[in-house]
Amino acid sequence: MTRPTPDSAVDSPATRPGPAAVTRKRSSARAAGLRTPSWVGWLFVAPALGVYAVFVLRPIALTVQYSMYRWDGIGPSTWTGLGNYVRVFTDPDLFASILNAVKLIVFFSVIPVVLGLAIASTIRRIATSRLALVARTVLFLPQVIPLVAAGIAWSWLMSSTGLVNQLLTYAGLGGVARAWLGDFSTALPAVGVIGAWVLLGLCTILLLSGMSKIDPALYEAARMDGAGPLREFVSITVPSLRQEIGVCVTVTVIAALASFDIVYVSTQGGPGNATMVPGLEIYYLAFSERQVGMASALAVVLMVLVLLVALPIQWLTKDKSS
Amino acid sequence: MIVGRRETWTGRLLLVLLMAVTLMPFLSLFVTALHPSGSYPSGLEWPRDPQWGNFVKAFQAARMIELVKSSTLIVLGVVPVSLLLGTLAGFAIGHLRMAGRNLVFLAFVLGLTLPFEGIITPLYYQVRDMGLLNTRWAIILPLIGLFMPFAVFWMRAHFVNMPDELSESARMDGANVWQLFWRIHVPLAMPALSSLAILLFLWTWNQFLLAIVLVDDPLKRTMSGALGAFQGQWGTNMPLLCAGSLLILTPTLVIFLIFQRRFVTALLQGSLKG
Repeated sequence: MTRPTPDSAVDSPATRPGPAAVTRKRSSARAAGLRTPSWVGWLFVAPALGVYAVFVLRPIALTVQYSMYRWDGIGPSTWTGLGNYVRVFTDPDLFASILNAVKLIVFFSVIPVVLGLAIASTIRRIATSRLALVARTVLFLPQVIPLVAAGIAWSWLMSSTGLVNQLLTYAGLGGVARAWLGDFSTALPAVGVIGAWVLLGLCTILLLSGMSKIDPALYEAARMDGAGPLREFVSITVPSLRQEIGVCVTVTVIAALASFDIVYVSTQGGPGNATMVPGLEIYYLAFSERQVGMASALAVVLMVLVLLVALPIQWLTKDKSS
Repeated sequence: MIVGRRETWTGRLLLVLLMAVTLMPFLSLFVTALHPSGSYPSGLEWPRDPQWGNFVKAFQAARMIELVKSSTLIVLGVVPVSLLLGTLAGFAIGHLRMAGRNLVFLAFVLGLTLPFEGIITPLYYQVRDMGLLNTRWAIILPLIGLFMPFAVFWMRAHFVNMPDELSESARMDGANVWQLFWRIHVPLAMPALSSLAILLFLWTWNQFLLAIVLVDDPLKRTMSGALGAFQGQWGTNMPLLCAGSLLILTPTLVIFLIFQRRFVTALLQGSLKG
């Protein structure tokens, strides 16, 4: 491509190398990284790689190492091989924490993404109105505040005398009112509702901004062919938003699997173990029960699980759009 | 036309409803905070005698001034260094394109999805052995490392799109790599850098796990970690807890409202790239 560059205007054959030389230099520059020796590049990378190695890569390696020992964090440790991993998958309490995290995906991912899609396509036409601009700011609030604060506020809303039960009583549903976070059957969904509240706004805005990039002519053409709103949604909106949906799903699934702050504040894993998630279990195992090996095995399982979920979503949603 | 108008009205209604649901928890915190300290108010009920003094009480109980100072110190320790290291590495990987860059980039990218809980246990022992437990360094240093994947990823995405011609003409004018970086590329990277700075600020300020594990003293924690301690201490006094939570929210809220447009763009770009 022969794009005029700012300096090509001042190039003259007398003072600068000829066009052939420039082309040659340019292509060789591309190959050799702008004529900079590799070690210079590595010097630029070294500080970042250094802190990353010391505070992330080394701890990852140590987690894997700890996971093969039985260790109380103080005394001598004994080698157990894969014993800790066997227990993660056979101990009902430990495995239940993983299952809980998977169940949370329904609330953290499915609800925000599906509801976000529905809301975004309903408000698509007024996306540039004043109201929508205000909404953009308001809906981002849950992303800005600490999750701890969201947990405190919602624990209060869902307590036995909280606003949720007050509204239910007004609606004549006083019979179902309860301490939502303290009831074995509703605690996990209640934690999920907090997560859905945090993530719904982000998903809606993200999907809405993706929709604004869709060519309106597509919708007009569909209308002329007699397509209804539902048909439009299925054949135009969803396929065009492939990338945005992928992002929403990735972010929210990771938030569900690695949840910690919200659960720690609202239920501490209780009642019983009803809302125990891997992140919190690792914390308890390592720092109150002094089972560092078990905590590390669960940590490895969690890290692998997140990667196993995140990578396929990336591949599925990226290959066609690029 | 009629269909279109009905659609806009459903849209508006939905938006208002959604905003109401989003704001409800904040409203509930606020109303509850005005009830007499130690009482157990029910639902959303405006108190007969609003206790504005609760905010003063919570301000003193939470030692807000010291908390803001502590969080600010941590942010000042984390954000500038992370920006610098991330930009240096992103520039090398995205623009200088040295041999082996793909491998090192892959190493960073794999860290993008890492749950912090995954490495918190060895991190605790490592920080203890460094003698940094219960100091702000215990939060600052690991966070810089943990932010590297995103910072490098973000800055590389910027530098990959910078045309080679730009650097070549600077090199022909006799600039060395260091000058090229500081005089040409850093000024041009300002928009990407400021968005990254906003995101890193937010993630540092709200960091909870590292704060509660590595630092016992709430006054040396981040805001979020301090709120956790505040809840532990005042958890049974709902009005005071609500007032404290609101106060602890206020700094981020104010900064968000001032820079809201930048925040929204940064968060949108941030999630799209991540």
